[in-house]
Amino acid sequence: MADLRCDFVGIRSPNPFWLASAPPTDKEYNVRRAFEAGWGGVVWKTLGLDPHIVNVNGPRYGAVWGADRRLLGLNNIELITDRPLETNLREIKAVKRDWPDRAMVVSLMVPCDEASWKSILPLVEETGADGVELNFGCPHGMSERGMGSAVGQVPEYIEMVARWCKANTRMPVIVKLTPNITDIRFPARAAFRGGADAVSLINTVSSITSVDLDTFSPLPSIDGKGSHGGYCGPAVKPIALNMVAEIARDAETRGRPISGIGGITTWRDAAEFMALGAGSVQVCTAAMTYGFRVVQEMIAGLGLWMDRGGHAKLADIVGRAVPNVTDWQYLNLNYVAKARIDQELCIKCGRCFAACEDTSHQAIAMLPGRVFEVKDDECVACNLCVNVCPVEGCITMERLAPGATDPRTGRVVPAEHANWTTHPNNPMAKAAE
Amino acid sequence: MKPSLAGEGPRASGIVAGRLPAEAIARNFSDIAPRFDDHEAMVAADRCYFCHDAPCVAACPTSIDIPMFIREIATGAAESAARTIFTQNILGGICARVCPTETLCEEACVREAAEGRPVEIGRLQRYATDTLVARGGHPFARAAATGRRVAVVGAGPSGLACAHRLAMLGHDVTIYDARPKAGGLNEYGIAAYKAPGGFAQAEFDWLLGIGGIEVRHGVALGRDLTLETLRADHDAVFLGVGLAGVNALGIEGEDKAGVRPAVEFIAELRQAADLGALPVGRRVVVIGGGMTAIDAAVQAKLLGAEDVTIVYRRGRDRMGASEYEQDLALSRGVRIVTGAVPLRAIGDGALAEVEFAHVREGEAGLEATGETFRLAADQVFKAIGQRLGPLPSRLALAGGKIAVEGPGRTSLPGVWAGGDCAAGGEDLTVTAVAEGRDAAMDIHAALCA
Repeated sequence: MADLRCDFVGIRSPNPFWLASAPPTDKEYNVRRAFEAGWGGVVWKTLGLDPHIVNVNGPRYGAVWGADRRLLGLNNIELITDRPLETNLREIKAVKRDWPDRAMVVSLMVPCDEASWKSILPLVEETGADGVELNFGCPHGMSERGMGSAVGQVPEYIEMVARWCKANTRMPVIVKLTPNITDIRFPARAAFRGGADAVSLINTVSSITSVDLDTFSPLPSIDGKGSHGGYCGPAVKPIALNMVAEIARDAETRGRPISGIGGITTWRDAAEFMALGAGSVQVCTAAMTYGFRVVQEMIAGLGLWMDRGGHAKLADIVGRAVPNVTDWQYLNLNYVAKARIDQELCIKCGRCFAACEDTSHQAIAMLPGRVFEVKDDECVACNLCVNVCPVEGCITMERLAPGATDPRTGRVVPAEHANWTTHPNNPMAKAAE
Repeated sequence: MKPSLAGEGPRASGIVAGRLPAEAIARNFSDIAPRFDDHEAMVAADRCYFCHDAPCVAACPTSIDIPMFIREIATGAAESAARTIFTQNILGGICARVCPTETLCEEACVREAAEGRPVEIGRLQRYATDTLVARGGHPFARAAATGRRVAVVGAGPSGLACAHRLAMLGHDVTIYDARPKAGGLNEYGIAAYKAPGGFAQAEFDWLLGIGGIEVRHGVALGRDLTLETLRADHDAVFLGVGLAGVNALGIEGEDKAGVRPAVEFIAELRQAADLGALPVGRRVVVIGGGMTAIDAAVQAKLLGAEDVTIVYRRGRDRMGASEYEQDLALSRGVRIVTGAVPLRAIGDGALAEVEFAHVREGEAGLEATGETFRLAADQVFKAIGQRLGPLPSRLALAGGKIAVEGPGRTSLPGVWAGGDCAAGGEDLTVTAVAEGRDAAMDIHAALCA
C-alpha cells in the first residue's frame, strides 16, 4: 500500500489525518482513544491563559440536516478550553510521552500582547509537543475579547503575533486562519511574512443555523437568546477548498505548507484538499458525527486510491490540482459540451426536465413514455441536469470533438484554445499578435 | 402455543367458533400496517424525488398530488399534506389503508424502477390523513347554499365522495342507504386488519363535518323508494349502489349448508363484536381469484381454520388480487391452487368435499384436462364476482352494469352513477371515489347551468 507517512513542517505522523483543535481533542481521555483508533495526530483544543474561560450551560451546537437527517452543517458557540492551563499541559505531556509517533500540536489563543505569548510558549514546549497552532479563527465569543478571528481579520496583527511566536519558540508555528474575511490571501501572506511555518484553514464560518419559529429565538437558544456561532461540517467544504487553492496558487505564498480543514468527512474529501495543496488535513465534524473510527475508512480509502493511481507517497499527490486552478478569463471558450442522458440508467423522474425547462435553457424534451432527450440546439452544457439527477452517471457532459458543428450556434468547434482575453466581445481584449 | 389435539381448536370438526384463544385472535386481527410514527414518516418522506409530472400521480385514480403531499410531510406540515390529499380524495384515509398501492402509485414510483423499493406512499398518506383527523375539525368549508337538492343512493365510497363534494359546493344532499351503517364496502367489505378500530364509521362521521348532508339508513332503492320518486323530489340523483348480487357457481350441491358467498362471511366478520364467537370451518375452500377471495381466505385462517385453500381457474398472474395480496395469503398459510374449476359439492347432508376439474388455457378459452381432484371441506366461500342487484328496468345497462357516459351520466336525464355498479372502472375503492367526485362536479355543472 502507498506510504501515508506525513512530514508537515517537520511534524511527523503515520498518516496525514489529524483531529482539529475542537471538543474531540479537549482532554487526555479523548486523545488517547483517538490515537488508539488510528488518528495520525491531533491539534489539542485551544489553550488560553488562566483564569480559564467558562462556557454556556445550555446548548452549544446548532445543525443543518440533509435527507435522512444527515448532518451537513454544524455550528458551535463553544469557546476555547474551559479547564485550567496546568491540567491541559500535564495531560498533553503524558499523552505525547506514550504516543511519540503521533503529531501533537497545541492550539493557542492568548491576548494580543507579546508578554502573553512569551509566557505560554515555553510551557507548551516543555510538554514535548511537536508544534503550536495560533488560533486566529474562532468567530464567536473570544473575538468579542479581541482574540480569535478579531486577530485573523487584521493581517498586520497576524504578522505581528506570528513574529513574536517565532522569536520565542523553537517549535514550528502554524497560523490558523479565519474564513470570515473578503480575501484569504492577505492573512495568509501576513502569516508567512511574520515567519510562520504554515497556515491551517479554514476555521469556522460565522453563522446562524436556524430560528425557532415558536419562540423566535436563534438556535442554539440560551434562555431565549442566540449568538452567532462558527459553522463547519460538509457544508463548508467548498468554501475551504477554494481558500486553500487561493493560497496554494498565490504568487507570494505558492508552495508554502498548508494544513487543510473544513468539512473533511471521507478519504475523498481529504484527497481533494491535498490535491489542492494541503500537506496534512484536519478533521472535526466527521469525528463528532460518527466517532473516532471514521479515520480507518479515511486511511484505507486514501491508500487504495493512491495505489490505483500509482501514487507512492503523499508528496506525489499534494498540490497536483493546483496548476489546474485558474481564473475564469483563461477558461477555454472553444470547449463545447452537450448533456447526454443514458436511457438505460434513467429512472424517468423528470427532474432534469423540470430544472432545465423551468430554470435553464429549455434544452430537454419530454417525449411520450417519459423519455427525456437533450436538445443539442438548445443545450449550453450548464450541468444543472447532472446536478439534479438522482442517479449518478446517468447524465454526463460530453465534449463535441473539434471539427463538429455545434447545433446551438451553427459554428464548427475549433481545435485551438481561445479564452476571454482574446474574445472580440471583450473591450479589453488583446489583439492577436 | 401447544399443538392442538385432534378435535380441538383448529382441528375441531365442522363450522365452529373459538378455534383460537382470544389473545391470538386479537393479535391476528390487529392493524396490518400500523401508522408511521413521526420519525418513520420523515425517513420515508425523504426518499421522494419530487418527480416532474410524477408517474405516481398519473397512476392514482384520484390524481392525488403525491410528491407535493410528501414534501409537505417532509417539511413538518402533515396537516397541509392531508389537505392536499383530501382535495382530490375525501376518502384518502381508507384509501391509504386499502388501495392496492403496489399496482397503482407505488408500482409507478421511479424508485421502484431504480431500486425495486418504492416510496411508501400509502403509509405516508395514512400518516398525513390520520394526523389531520386526529387534530379534529373538518378541513373544508361549505360554499353558500344553492338551494339545490341531490339524492345519493348508497353510502359507499362513490356515494360518500359524491355527497361530500356536492355538499361542499353548497348543495343539500340526502344519502339513502340500505344497510344500518354507512360506509358500504369500507364497513362491510375489506379485511378487518386493514381498517381496525371502527375506522370506517369514524371516517364517515368526520366526512359529514362538511355539513349539508342528511343520511337515511335502512332505505333500499326498489324496496323502500323508487327512482321516479327520487327524481321527482330532487334536482339530481346519484346511484352508488354497488353490487348487491353474488355470482353463483352453478354446480351440484351449491345449496348445501356451508356453501356461502365470501362477501357475507367478510361482512359478518366486520360486524362481529367478538371474533372469537364467529364460527369458521376446519377445512375451508375459497373459490375465486380476486381481493374478496384473499380477504375471506386469510381471515378464515386468522380465525383458526386448519386448512384454507383458494382455488382459481386460471394462473396466478391472472388473479384479480395483486401479487402482494397473494403473498400475504401464502405467508399466512393459505394454499393457492390454480387452473381448476369446481364440479360439485359433495356430502351426505353436511358438506364434506368439493370436486374440481383441472383446466388449461385453450384456443377457445378454458378447457378441461380430464383430470379431477377433491378437497376436503366443511366450508366453501364463493368469491367469483358480484353483480348488480335488482334495479329500475329503465336504466340502460352495459356488460351487466349501469351504462354511463363521461363523468357517470346514465341513460336517464338527471341520473348519474358511479362506483362498482357503473360500467367501466376497476372496482376499487379509489376508483369509486374518483367516479363519485367527478359525477358530483358534473352534477354541479348541470345544476348551475
